Amino acid sequence: MKRVYVNEEWCLGCHLCEYNCAFANSGESDMVKALKGKTLYPRIHVEGDEQITYAVSCRHCADPLCVRSCISGALHLEEGAVCISRDKCVGCLTCVLVCPYGAIAPGPDGAALKCELCLSNGRGEPACAAGCPNRAIVYEERGEESR
Amino acid sequence: MKKYVIIGGSIAGVSCVEGIRSIDPEGEITVITSEAHSNYGRPLISYYLEGKTDLVRMSWRGADFFERNGVTVLHEVSVTKLDPEGQKLTLSTGAALPYDEVCLCTGSYPFSPKFEGLEPVEKRFFFTTLADALALEKAVDRLTKVLIIGAGFIGLKCAEGLRDRAGSVTVCDLAKHAMSANLDADCAPILEKHLEANGLRLMLGDTVVRFEGQRAVMQSGKIVDFDVLVIAIGTRPNSALAAQAGAKVNRGILVDEAMRTSLPGVFAAGDCTESMDISAGEPGLLAVLPNASLQGRCAGVNMAGGSDTFRKGIKMNSIGFFGLHIMSAGTYTEPVYTEITEQGCKKLFARDGVLTGFILLGDVHRAGIYTSLIREKTPLDSIRFDEVKLDPSLLPFGRSYRAKKLGGAV
Repeated sequence: MKRVYVNEEWCLGCHLCEYNCAFANSGESDMVKALKGKTLYPRIHVEGDEQITYAVSCRHCADPLCVRSCISGALHLEEGAVCISRDKCVGCLTCVLVCPYGAIAPGPDGAALKCELCLSNGRGEPACAAGCPNRAIVYEERGEESR
Repeated sequence: MKKYVIIGGSIAGVSCVEGIRSIDPEGEITVITSEAHSNYGRPLISYYLEGKTDLVRMSWRGADFFERNGVTVLHEVSVTKLDPEGQKLTLSTGAALPYDEVCLCTGSYPFSPKFEGLEPVEKRFFFTTLADALALEKAVDRLTKVLIIGAGFIGLKCAEGLRDRAGSVTVCDLAKHAMSANLDADCAPILEKHLEANGLRLMLGDTVVRFEGQRAVMQSGKIVDFDVLVIAIGTRPNSALAAQAGAKVNRGILVDEAMRTSLPGVFAAGDCTESMDISAGEPGLLAVLPNASLQGRCAGVNMAGGSDTFRKGIKMNSIGFFGLHIMSAGTYTEPVYTEITEQGCKKLFARDGVLTGFILLGDVHRAGIYTSLIREKTPLDSIRFDEVKLDPSLLPFGRSYRAKKLGGAV
């Protein structure tokens, strides 16, 4: 399946992916209205130091520990993508406890927020990849590990 | 067509169905549960009382899960005998049920010491099943004085769930600190202060000696008047059925990494089992939901002729009280990092060059990176641990690790 992949050699550390993510999932049609003066809860985050930067978001693991561990059943698989029914989430953060990549965090309401590949927000493709100025983030098919 | 029977309809049982169906779409699956409810995460019952979820949303894999997977479910039926040689079960209805493969997902039961004067206490409850929560919901109103014995996970989550429903909630525990199985003397006081600030009355280092009607006489000599009593002292694996059938049982039903018991054709998963704790290097009770789920699935795959192992078992827990998050994992060996502030704490433990455990209270951001270090037994000298211990991120893992994890399918 298509996933979001990161080439850190090309990452400029501009954080645009975070803004595009927050905007894409805001439900607003105007970027300024969506983001200005607000605490943002992007589902992708840029890490690094002075030399290296790269973005981290859900890897949509083939056998996701978060889905197995979720106490409410909010986290689930939809054709390979790890998705969350936020109305079921009780905010226990067991997903944060088990995600090896640090890719899940609580949103403003305490329920977990994570990348859902922009599958259900009307974008059609992940906004982080679409807006990455240096193609450090791409949305494509890469070899699945045989398991 | 193979006949599978799963005893228990909670997380291990449901995950076992998922494991079987990932290999065998046809086989006949029967789930037997002594409860009226199934397919729900037990830790949700406190959130139910708190109003953060409801009976519909509590369904772990959706209301149509069993139907969708062609599973026959027998509710409020228990198994009275397991005959591994004849490959059949005797049910509480008197019926016999033959099987090719069976999985014991019988969970655990709450235990209660013999308190003097306990028997006449009418409104007393345990807090491990949805039925318990529903009964408590009925028994408690805005004037009710609730006394909970046990300040572990179960007792404190029950207290949180009841706070807004009850007149008062008192929690006592013989241990000097709250959550004594998970927190140490540095971290626990932060939680205790927070619980008291949120309206709970704690009586630590003190417990009930005897009951005199609706009064509890404490070890300290204090008297606690109550209307409703909740006993949350601890749970024990439900292993009697397996033991009677001749399976090897220690504290829990002993299983190997394929979730096989010592009896042919008999698997076990979840809270009823005792399995290898890789952070301790010895078998233990790993009775938390994520393990029940992973073990149940592993058992199901193997029952159906596939091949799966559960070999990264550790205890791990994420819990919150009135907005304060607490995570704990693994085994507390030698402390290698300690950070304590007014608002929270972080403690990391390591032995033989690998992380074995941690406690986080307050800031739990990206804690899974620590959990992963324990589960993968990552040599700490292969990463820049001095950076990871301050702030978990993928940076100290190096470029090739990131290229593999962020640039490839995992």
